[in-house]
Amino acid sequence: MRASSAPPALRRWFAAVGPVDRVGVEERVAKFTTRSIKKAAKVQGLKLAVSMVDLTTLEGKDTPGKVASLCRKALRPHDDPAVPPAAAVCLYPAMVRPARRTLGLRSPVRLASVATAFPSGQTALATRLAEVRRAVADGADEIDMVINRGAFLAGELTRVRDEIAAVVATCGPAALKVILEVGELETYDHIRAASCLALGELRPGDFIKTSTGKTASNATLANTQVMLEAIRDHYLETGVAIGMKPAGGIRTAKQALHFLVAVKETLGDAWLTPARYRFGASALLNDLVRQLEKERTGAYPAPYAFSEAAESY
Amino acid sequence: MPRLPVTKTPKPYVGGAFIRSESGRTRPLADATGTFFAHVPLCTRKDLRNAVEAAAKAGPGWARRTAYNRGQILYRLGEMLEARRTEFAAALTRFGARRAAALREVDAATDRLVHYAGWADKYEQLLGGVNPVSGPYFNFTVSEPMGVIGVLAPAEPPLLGLLSLVAPVIVSGNTVVALASEPRPYPAILLGELLATSDLPAGVVNVLTGLRADLVPTFATHAHLRGLSAVADAAERRVLDLGAAESVKRVRYTPDAPLAAWLREAAQGLEPIRAFIEPKTTWHPIGA
Repeated sequence: MRASSAPPALRRWFAAVGPVDRVGVEERVAKFTTRSIKKAAKVQGLKLAVSMVDLTTLEGKDTPGKVASLCRKALRPHDDPAVPPAAAVCLYPAMVRPARRTLGLRSPVRLASVATAFPSGQTALATRLAEVRRAVADGADEIDMVINRGAFLAGELTRVRDEIAAVVATCGPAALKVILEVGELETYDHIRAASCLALGELRPGDFIKTSTGKTASNATLANTQVMLEAIRDHYLETGVAIGMKPAGGIRTAKQALHFLVAVKETLGDAWLTPARYRFGASALLNDLVRQLEKERTGAYPAPYAFSEAAESY
Repeated sequence: MPRLPVTKTPKPYVGGAFIRSESGRTRPLADATGTFFAHVPLCTRKDLRNAVEAAAKAGPGWARRTAYNRGQILYRLGEMLEARRTEFAAALTRFGARRAAALREVDAATDRLVHYAGWADKYEQLLGGVNPVSGPYFNFTVSEPMGVIGVLAPAEPPLLGLLSLVAPVIVSGNTVVALASEPRPYPAILLGELLATSDLPAGVVNVLTGLRADLVPTFATHAHLRGLSAVADAAERRVLDLGAAESVKRVRYTPDAPLAAWLREAAQGLEPIRAFIEPKTTWHPIGA
């Protein structure tokens, strides 16, 4: 792949973590979409997926009012009480306070904030850490950070590692999700290398996350699979279980079920919980609820029978 | 040297693409002489769901077109059908129509498209307007398309029956998911190939083939279908009425009739357009 043109430090790290078999990964994930999940299993899968959604709004036009309705939607995605609440809402740091006001202190929905100069991460480390500190102080339960892709691709691995470690230390009790931004890493080898780098710094209960959703290339089954296998290898080696969060581009219930199949068949049932697996999405929740309604009534419902998708407020 | 026969795989036209049924099911179709013709896909309720999604996606863009442009596009369809007159007539005769009747049916289908093309920028004058009110207000009624409409085409005539139901629905900006004639689906497949090369945007007309028994219940209950324009027997009407009541959709039945009835002047007009528009009435203060 591109390993030969990579900086020496990166090349040594590739050798340490091992290469990715591109054809093998793509063949493997193609199989995940062929599982037949129907009726009761489908309902269970859909409900599980609902409980794993990080309902996201990351737009310049976000307002406290819009965030409040997003929070209410996360708490009660549908009027059917059998539909569980979403796992979390994911917001910009400025929206953490208004969201905390709506969610209250003891909410089943966790409050995640992107931080560290999301989505580019291109500011001084001190600024990024200050942002994390502020978001946690305002009431964020989880922090979504971006790694320094520029430093990673330049081979400054120690710097990337130290920055992640610094954010981990700054997070305190908040869980951390490390966004690799796979679209900017370009190859599976890079994704695996970056995953392994981040995994080494994380605590149990933390996550690695595919992307910001702000670039053209988002979470796919293949790049998620590379990261899942890195998590598995890390777990088998150290016993530390890290979570996974694909984000961006997952819009339909069917896709979500495919992703869950990948988790079950790669990491096992222990990862089929919101504590270890999340979907970063805005439109997905509506489709999940719509499919649950279809299973309940037997008739295909219209999309406008549900509250608006977070993206279309 | 003798050529190997090049047989055709007929495929329904959905969302601007030629699909096979997601189920992979087909049934063999024989022509009027009993000779095997082709395997025709048996679409399922999931194919119907996908077609509704495609139609819903195409809806806003189609409705935003000017009435004049929709008329042009329908007229262009008529032009293209005229140019392929013999091909369509041959498709009809192959499945049992007499040559003269087939040509009459194709010509009538062309004329019907032209008829509704003409209506595109005229129905609004008749159905909408400025209502008299006793106050310093304008009170307008404008016609808006309803959204995605399901069409259940009659068994006979396979081309004219389908087009007579589809054309008045799309002329006002609705989009259509249609089920082709069950015994003679091939003219509808051919129509799909015509639509694909016409100026009609992908997804405005989607034509499924398959068994009515498989699909009628889903046409009835699918909540995203806002209306149904159907030729149906008594048992099907009961299913459609019950499902439509549950999902609050408008249903318009056209009686099952032989070709002669579909050819008549009375088989076209304003009423089939009116059946699938939603009048919207607005108040507006008269400016100083």
